[in-house]
Amino acid sequence: MNHAISIENLHVSYHGNEAVKGISLTVDPGNLVGIIGPNGAGKSTFLKAVLHLIPRDKGAVTVLGNSIKNARKKIAYVPQRNDIDWDFPITVLDTVLLGTFPHLKWFKRPKKKDKEWALQCLERVGMQDFKKRQIGKLSGGQQQRVFLARALAQNADLFFLDEPFVGVDAASEKTIVNILKELCREGKTVMVVHHDLSKATEYFDQLILLNKELIGFGPVSEVFKPDVMEKAYKSPFTLRNEIGVTM
Amino acid sequence: MDFIEAIMQYEFLQKALLTSIMVGIICGVVGCFIILRGMALMGDAISHAVLPGVAISYMLGINFFFGAVFTGILTAIAIGFVSQNSRIKHDTSIGIMFTAAFASGIIIITMLKSSTDLYHILFGNVLAVRASDMWITLGIGLFVIFAVYLFYKELLVTSFDETMAAAYGLPVRLIHYFLMTLLTMVTVASLQTVGIVLVVAMLITPAATAYLLTDRLWVMIFLAAGIGVISSIVGLYFSFTYNLASGATIVIAATAIFILVFFLSPKHGLVWKSLKARRKRASLI
Repeated sequence: MNHAISIENLHVSYHGNEAVKGISLTVDPGNLVGIIGPNGAGKSTFLKAVLHLIPRDKGAVTVLGNSIKNARKKIAYVPQRNDIDWDFPITVLDTVLLGTFPHLKWFKRPKKKDKEWALQCLERVGMQDFKKRQIGKLSGGQQQRVFLARALAQNADLFFLDEPFVGVDAASEKTIVNILKELCREGKTVMVVHHDLSKATEYFDQLILLNKELIGFGPVSEVFKPDVMEKAYKSPFTLRNEIGVTM
Repeated sequence: MDFIEAIMQYEFLQKALLTSIMVGIICGVVGCFIILRGMALMGDAISHAVLPGVAISYMLGINFFFGAVFTGILTAIAIGFVSQNSRIKHDTSIGIMFTAAFASGIIIITMLKSSTDLYHILFGNVLAVRASDMWITLGIGLFVIFAVYLFYKELLVTSFDETMAAAYGLPVRLIHYFLMTLLTMVTVASLQTVGIVLVVAMLITPAATAYLLTDRLWVMIFLAAGIGVISSIVGLYFSFTYNLASGATIVIAATAIFILVFFLSPKHGLVWKSLKARRKRASLI
C-alpha cells in the first residue's frame, strides 16, 4: 500500500533564512496528524511547502504514490481564517459549492447534482439552516464549519487544515473534530496545524513536532512527553505556559 | 427631449452613446473583480500605464490597441517583480512603476508634438468617436464579456480564496495576468469615452456601488454593469447639453449614484444601519 504522504528532506527558506530544515517523514492513510510547535516554528510554512504552494529549496513529496502535481484533486485545503475576506459577496451554500469546482472541467458550471451534494456536505456539519447567509454574518465556529463542508465537498483523500480552531467556540470545535475523526475512520488522512497543546492528546493519532527542524514524529504517546516537547519549546517554563499548567 | 432628438438625428451622437454604453458595461464587470481582489490601485496603475503604448503605436502607425496592451502588461509584470523581489511593498511598487510609465508616455507624446491628442487620451472625447474606434470598443467589449462568462468559475474562486484555488491546481498566477490583460483591454476601450485619468473611476465606482447592494457576486456584476450604463448615458447627456468633457460628467454621474446608495442601500446603507442601531438602543431602555 502507498503511504498517504511521504516527505523527503524538505527545505524551505525566505530570502536565505531557513524556515523549514530537512524534514523527512511518512504518514499512512487513516491518521489524524497534528502539526505542533512554538510560534514561528514554521508550521504553516511546512504545510504550504508540502502542498507546494510556496517554492521549496529542496526535497520531494509524494502523495498516495503520486507527485503533488498529479494528486491535487485528491487534496482539500482549509486556509487560516485571516486569509479570507469575510465581506466577500458569497453565501454559505455557494462557498461550499466551490468545493465541487476541482472536479468540474474548464467552462463547466456546477449542476443541480453538485448543488445537492454541497447541501449534503453542509448538513453533515449542521449548517444547512444558514445556507442563504452571507459568510461574514456567521460566528467564527460556524464559518469554520462551512469551510470544513467545502473541504468535504471536494471529495478528497487528504485534508490539510491550517489552524482550524482559532476563534472557534467549543461546540463547533467538537463538531469539527468528530468529523475529522470520522474521515480518518473512512481511511482518509487529515493533517492539522494546531497550536493549543491542551487538547493535542485528545484530538490526534500522531504528532509532528516542529521547531524549524523535525523535533519529534510519531504516535501522540511517544511525542507528547516532557523531554521531547522541551526540545521544541526550549524551556520547561514556556511549555508549561502553552499547555496551561500553573505551578 | 432635445437630447433624444439629437441622438435620432446625429450619427456621431449615436456612436458616442453606443460606445459609452459598452464602456459602462465592461468597466462594471471587470471592476467587480478588481475591487474584490483589493486591486483598485492596480486598476489605476494599469490604466495610466497604457499611455506610452498608445504613444508608440501612434508613432509606428499601428493600432493603439497593441501598444497599449503591451505596456499595460509589461507594467503589471514589473510591479509584481519589484514587490516580490525586494522589501518594497506592493502599493509602493505600483506607485513607482505606473508613474514611470505615465511619465514616459507624456514625453513621447510631447515629442510627437500632438498635444490635442494627449488631451483627448487623458480626458476622453466621446463626441469625436470615429466608426473604427466604436468597432474596436464593441469588439473588445464582447471579448471581455465572453471571457468573464467562460472563466467565471475560476475568477470567482481565485478572487475569494486564492490559496484553495492553487491547492487544487488552478494556475493562479496565469489567472492574475489574464485579469490584468482584461483590465488593459477595458482601459483601451475606455480611452475615448472617459480617458486614461478617469478610467479607474468607471472601474471602481459602479462596482463599489453594486457591492453595497448585494451579497451575491453574479448579482453584483449585473448591477455594476447596469450602474455603469446609467452613468454613461446620464454623463453623455450632460456632456452634450452643456459642452463639458464627457469623462468628467460620466464619472460625476457614477459618483452621484454611489453617494445615493452609500446612504440609502437597504443592506449596507448608512441610513438604515443607524436607524436599526437607534431602534435597538431604544428597545433596551
